[in-house]
Amino acid sequence: MAEILIGNFPLVAAVVLMGIGLYILIFRRNLIKIVMGITILSSSVNLFLVTLGYRTGGIAPIYTDAPEGPMVLPVVQALTLTNIVIAVATSALILSLVIRIYRHTGSLDSKKSRRMKG
Amino acid sequence: MATLIEQSSILIIAIPLLIAFLTPLIGMASKKARNTVVIVGLAFVAFLVFALARDVILNGIHIYTLGATSSSLTIPEGTMIPVRIILEVDGVSVFMGIVVAIVALVAVVYSLSAMKEETGQNRFYTLLLLLIAGTFGMVFTGDLFNLFVFLEIASISGAALIAFKIRFADSQEGGFKYIVVSAIASLMVLFAISLLYAQYNLLNMGALAAAMQYTMLDRIALVILIAAFAMKLGGVPMHMWLSDTYSVAPASITVLLITASQASMYALMRICFILYGVTLDLAVVGWIIIAIGILSMFVGVTMAVRQTDITRLIAYNCVCEAGFMLIGLGVGLAVLGDRTALSTYGTTAISGAFFHMINHALFEGLLFLVAGAIFYRIGTRDINRMGGLGHTMKLTAVFFLLGALASSGLPPFNGFASKILIYESVYQFNPILTIIGILVSIITLAVFVKAFFSAFTGALLPKYADIKEVPKTMIAAMTIFAVIIIIFGLFPGLIVDWIVRPATDALVDQASYINAIMGAIP
Amino acid sequence: MSKIVRTVANQLMLFVLVFGIYVIMHGHVTPGGGFQGGAVIASGIVMLIVAFGSGHIKNSLRERRLSVVESSGALLFIVVAFAGIGTVFFYNFLVGSRIFGGIPPTGSNPGDVWTGGVIPLMNLGVGLKVIAGLSAAVLALALFSSGEEME
Repeated sequence: MAEILIGNFPLVAAVVLMGIGLYILIFRRNLIKIVMGITILSSSVNLFLVTLGYRTGGIAPIYTDAPEGPMVLPVVQALTLTNIVIAVATSALILSLVIRIYRHTGSLDSKKSRRMKG
Repeated sequence: MATLIEQSSILIIAIPLLIAFLTPLIGMASKKARNTVVIVGLAFVAFLVFALARDVILNGIHIYTLGATSSSLTIPEGTMIPVRIILEVDGVSVFMGIVVAIVALVAVVYSLSAMKEETGQNRFYTLLLLLIAGTFGMVFTGDLFNLFVFLEIASISGAALIAFKIRFADSQEGGFKYIVVSAIASLMVLFAISLLYAQYNLLNMGALAAAMQYTMLDRIALVILIAAFAMKLGGVPMHMWLSDTYSVAPASITVLLITASQASMYALMRICFILYGVTLDLAVVGWIIIAIGILSMFVGVTMAVRQTDITRLIAYNCVCEAGFMLIGLGVGLAVLGDRTALSTYGTTAISGAFFHMINHALFEGLLFLVAGAIFYRIGTRDINRMGGLGHTMKLTAVFFLLGALASSGLPPFNGFASKILIYESVYQFNPILTIIGILVSIITLAVFVKAFFSAFTGALLPKYADIKEVPKTMIAAMTIFAVIIIIFGLFPGLIVDWIVRPATDALVDQASYINAIMGAIP
Repeated sequence: MSKIVRTVANQLMLFVLVFGIYVIMHGHVTPGGGFQGGAVIASGIVMLIVAFGSGHIKNSLRERRLSVVESSGALLFIVVAFAGIGTVFFYNFLVGSRIFGGIPPTGSNPGDVWTGGVIPLMNLGVGLKVIAGLSAAVLALALFSSGEEME
């Protein structure tokens, strides 16, 4: 059991980060903490994606003056970059909305800004 | 013309993108030029969608490979797997494309006068066109990661548009809820896609369907995908963002958000029927989707009864109608492996669900546009404060009545045609579902009758004595929806034969979807 | 901020710009590309905002100019993608052509910048859009917190 955990340590770290992100999103009320939770969740999925491409003893997938040997998968790195760009856009939008909510309601507590119920 | 149809699937996505980024430059010069460019561009895209639909229904699946030396070269020499971003347009995709094209044109016509006094209109049209391009991309793509990217494009543009009128506090809150729910759903979709990629090293849906063995990781990916797409379309345990969001957005944006939710339903069906196909545990997954549908119908209609805000009422009705579609599709999925049951009532259930998709976009769109028109004139959405608006806003009242009767499933409107297809076929699967559906439709009628009578009839309140009818482009937009509703209601057989049947046949036919990619010869 | 910080920020911005443009233009042979280089230059602009204050930077980076740069970056990307539509959309019609010296894209060409064809142009378009977009977003947030609005 222990060697499975240590051998696949990046995957375990990705799942732990995902758990932390989901815990923050469910149980925390401060709006900025919700934004941080989304960022941590996004980082966990990025870490999971990059780890999937690893091949043992592989080198970076650049053809210029490349030594011999297997290369790690470049497709997952492209998927991760796209996800990072999307996360930047989402963070910019969601922080602007948090600022607007703060201007309207005067507090960052999500219980006070939840005016629509039922 | 032939080359235009060959290139049309990418032009339908690329022309809204091009106009979206031309709009700030043109808008700095002149507003009329910008409005003209947007309307002409979307009219051209709608023409391309109808031409492509005719070509696909007559000639079969249409493939477009981006960046290759010819547009049907999916597998280059020397490789065994499809390597580029491939758009694969079959009957289901063009059906959804027709829905998006009609709704997009009406939404832009409505926004011409509904958004006239707002500042920052250049940004509004840019985001609107990005939302339209994102929705078209979601329904035309044949690649899982491309689906994720266009899902995110549509979500972020939609959230920015919901919060567009920054002077209202509740629209900011609605936009915040929408972007949080969309971000979580999209990240879960990406996680599931990476699980599938880790096993098969493939992202193309056709190639993945050919290589699919139903291992444990595939089951986990399926569960995550169903949950995430059900979250995006407003199925019941995850429906709470829908009423907060649809009620505070500008009316023309709400109709496009309904279409984006239906694109998520399309993605869910594409994954269940084509990506996994008959390798699923059909009974279990089918019943899960039916259960989500039944819960959506119940919760939607019971929450709609006690609403006093007219747009929240219509939004809960949206949840209820999504339940109808899910029941039809769930029944179709549950009998997918059983050939006789599929041909007896399975395809009818799926046809009913698809027909209900286009009808739902039409009558819910009409209801939201009417509610937006009321809000434009009197500034409040509370039913208790309205009264007697039918005296001055006659056309608006007629449109609301039309939408309400269509939504409850009364003949001769289009809701009746699609609901009867669903009732007949689902009855043969399990009679209780039909009885629940009929009860829910009756309660929907009661809810809308209450809303209509308190908003439009009665004595004219003195503070509303000088309310005029809404501007002409808003009336024109609502008229387009109303005319299509009446036509679909009077001639449902034609519509089912022309566009719904090919969509159903394409959805249950996994083999031709795979063959179009893997068997293509350059 | 104090005079030392402002002077150093002024001098460092040149290096940030050079490095950012290097990352953008070499996106097809080394790690990098449009978004990454654009983010580097945008973080340089963040450094300037921190050093000089957002009110001062607001006079140089006006919203209209940023909007024009952003739209033209995106339009460059899409128009170059449309230009290959004689064959297929997004077709790389410049690779191996005589404009860039007829160098083939694969084979023994260690890190030659001219092998990309259409790709450096698209990287440039994306880079312009990202610079303008991220700078506008950061400037708007900085101005917001000090109470003004971007005009």
